[in-house]
Amino acid sequence: MTSIVTAGDPQSDVAPSTFAKALNDALRTAMERDDRVLVLGEDVGRLGGVFRVTDGLQKDFGEHRVIDTPLAESGIIGTAVGLAYRGYRPVTEIQFDGFVWPGFDQIVSQVAKVSYRSQGKLRVPMVIRVPYGGGIGAVEHHSESPESIFCHVAGIRVVSPATPQDGYDMLLEAIACDDPVVFFEPKRRYWEKAPVQRDTRSSGSVPTTFSSLVRRAGSDVTVVTYGPSVKTVLAAAEAAAADDVAVEVIDLRTLSPLDLGPVLESVRHTGRLVVVSEAPLEASITSEVAARVTEEAFYSLAAPVQRVGGSDTPYPPSRVEPLYLPGVDRVLDAIDRVLDS
Amino acid sequence: MQAKTTAVEAVQQASRRVEVAGVPGTAVMSGLRAVAADVESVQLLSPEGERVEHPRFALDISAEELRGLYRDMVLVRRFDREGNALQRQGQLSLWAPLLGQEAAQVGSGRAMRPRDVAFPSYREHGVAWCRGVDPTELLSLFRGTEHCGWDPRATGFWPYTIVIGNQVLNATGYAMGQRLDGALGHDHDADSGEATVVYFGDGATSQGDVHEGMVFAASFDAPIVFFCQNNQWAISHPVERQSRVPLYRRASGYGFPGIRVDGNDVLAVLAVTRWALQECRSGNGPVMIEAFTYRMDAHTTSDDPSRYRLADEQEAWKLLDPIERVRVHLSRTGQADREFFDQVDRDADELAARFRAHCLTLADPPLERIYSHVFVEPTEQLERQLADDRRFVALDEAVPMNVSTQGGHR
Ligand SMILES: Cc1ncc(C[n+]2csc(CCOP(=O)(O)OP(=O)(O)O)c2C)c(N)n1
Ligand SMILES: [Mg+2]
Repeated sequence: MTSIVTAGDPQSDVAPSTFAKALNDALRTAMERDDRVLVLGEDVGRLGGVFRVTDGLQKDFGEHRVIDTPLAESGIIGTAVGLAYRGYRPVTEIQFDGFVWPGFDQIVSQVAKVSYRSQGKLRVPMVIRVPYGGGIGAVEHHSESPESIFCHVAGIRVVSPATPQDGYDMLLEAIACDDPVVFFEPKRRYWEKAPVQRDTRSSGSVPTTFSSLVRRAGSDVTVVTYGPSVKTVLAAAEAAAADDVAVEVIDLRTLSPLDLGPVLESVRHTGRLVVVSEAPLEASITSEVAARVTEEAFYSLAAPVQRVGGSDTPYPPSRVEPLYLPGVDRVLDAIDRVLDS
Repeated sequence: MQAKTTAVEAVQQASRRVEVAGVPGTAVMSGLRAVAADVESVQLLSPEGERVEHPRFALDISAEELRGLYRDMVLVRRFDREGNALQRQGQLSLWAPLLGQEAAQVGSGRAMRPRDVAFPSYREHGVAWCRGVDPTELLSLFRGTEHCGWDPRATGFWPYTIVIGNQVLNATGYAMGQRLDGALGHDHDADSGEATVVYFGDGATSQGDVHEGMVFAASFDAPIVFFCQNNQWAISHPVERQSRVPLYRRASGYGFPGIRVDGNDVLAVLAVTRWALQECRSGNGPVMIEAFTYRMDAHTTSDDPSRYRLADEQEAWKLLDPIERVRVHLSRTGQADREFFDQVDRDADELAARFRAHCLTLADPPLERIYSHVFVEPTEQLERQLADDRRFVALDEAVPMNVSTQGGHR
């Protein structure tokens, strides 16, 4: 894909930043670069968002660019489509994963299809930011992982960063992207800190961040994951290394369309694959990866693909989420299984 | 760049003018927003504790009933405060306070009869109380040990609904069912019939679900009271962001009556809701009620209102306190004495202690809870996943010092 990003002077600012702050910086950078970038959502203005991702933006860019909308997700996404028709680049915020559904109709029927329906004469470059995933001890509807449902919809890109740096880079790329992007933010990682290099993609043509990335090299087993589970899987890889098992960890980053090149390449040398996500397993990204690898690299596989995920139930009351969320030992168990067979 | 933004700014400024010049009771932008319901609103007990006559909504109320309403509000406020405290002490993951909305909830809750059904959003602890839900049953949702701690059918109080607006359609459908079942009342029997009350906030009125609920209810003459608690805020958004007109006037667009009531006046809320329910029970529904009130506390314990609203506003609303005016009225008219008030305070303390003690006994649910009630019968796949999970729990117990885990250890 193309990512046209024009930038000011590259800075080498590598101060540690929280995930939330990295996203905030990306929004600020995008708004400074292009005055057609708008932020819309509930409580994004004065409050700065319930996770403070839009903190300070209204103060600096004004109420006409950082817009506290009426309380209606179909309204937020549907009007963003119209604003995009008019040449704006709306970045919409959905407050929590469980509240995206009133806007789902607009996503499926308009956002995803209008380019196709108009033979490309109409485009809706817009971003739909959704904090997602569990692990924060929240009440119901605040901990869901609905990303697979969006991947089933053709015409929208679905991406999820796993680190503050990717949060920054991928949000900039999402805003610059001419396709609509659903941007899933792993909310339980919002307060984790890491150095963030600003303006890394500032000059000319840079590699896309909407691509799978090898986060850790290894020769025994390939573990594919994304979003909030990347950190869990890296911890499992570390634990496995103590047992002399070399795990290769791949962060998908783009969930739709998938970038399976690095996965296939990895499986061709490890011969073993585990796919990890905290979303329910049925008809999910984990099933898609397993199916596609089986189709394209069956003869490289030394063992059946193993999947680790949430159970096929609604998200449970938060006091049982430690049992529900796939943790390190689940991942290690799956690694054992692909190694044993 | 300049030209583009100027155009947008012009629109923005025009819309602000509309807000400032808007209708009474909605338009105050300078920090101290409307503190009182405007003249269109029904009031039967003034903030000073004086009875006010209303041409349409007379209310004959015995001293005992009045004392009962007072007691309800004091007890509800007391356990609500305890909910906040329990969250601060780490015993609850969240609490959604109702402070300031006691009259709106107790007045409407006490207007219901046992056969009527209430569909709440998530702040209706006072309605729950009136429906006979034990306050301790509210705790599990906020502690994270369950999604709903009471029996919806036994209490006629449906589960809390966090997804804004969803319950309005569900309640409308329930009311359509009441009509289909012939459960409306008969002229010769004032006690017959049943109706539904659905609770939602000022912010919720912007949701499509609420609009559609009103359209359906109007189309099918559903016996439903749309009870909107306008507490002036939807987290950080003032009500002006949701509507140019007072919310109750929306009803006329759908073709049914809308009434604004002083939501801090328990008598007015009781009288108007009783009337509305009777209209519904006798086939003249739907009706919309806007209870004009104020969210005196944060949106939830996770919220910091100092980021978006002035403390002055809250100070002004303190003068309109729903409990104080009843207390003044009761003492001034000699309908309650010192002993009564002391007894109510003791009852409230006792309830708060029981509420707290119960909270501490709420154990984490077992693994099996994850898999229960997904379908009527467990599926083979879920049974397999449960068995697999059991293996992990057993593993964990066998090796307590398992590798450190991130986001739990499943
Ligand atoms: C569909 C949906 N969108 C967003 C939210 C997040 N949210 C929770 S409460 C709230 C504000 C609700 O305001 P209002 O309807 O006035 O009710 P109040 O909280 O004031 O009682 C918002 C935006 C949600 N729960 N559901
Ligand atoms: Mg409100």
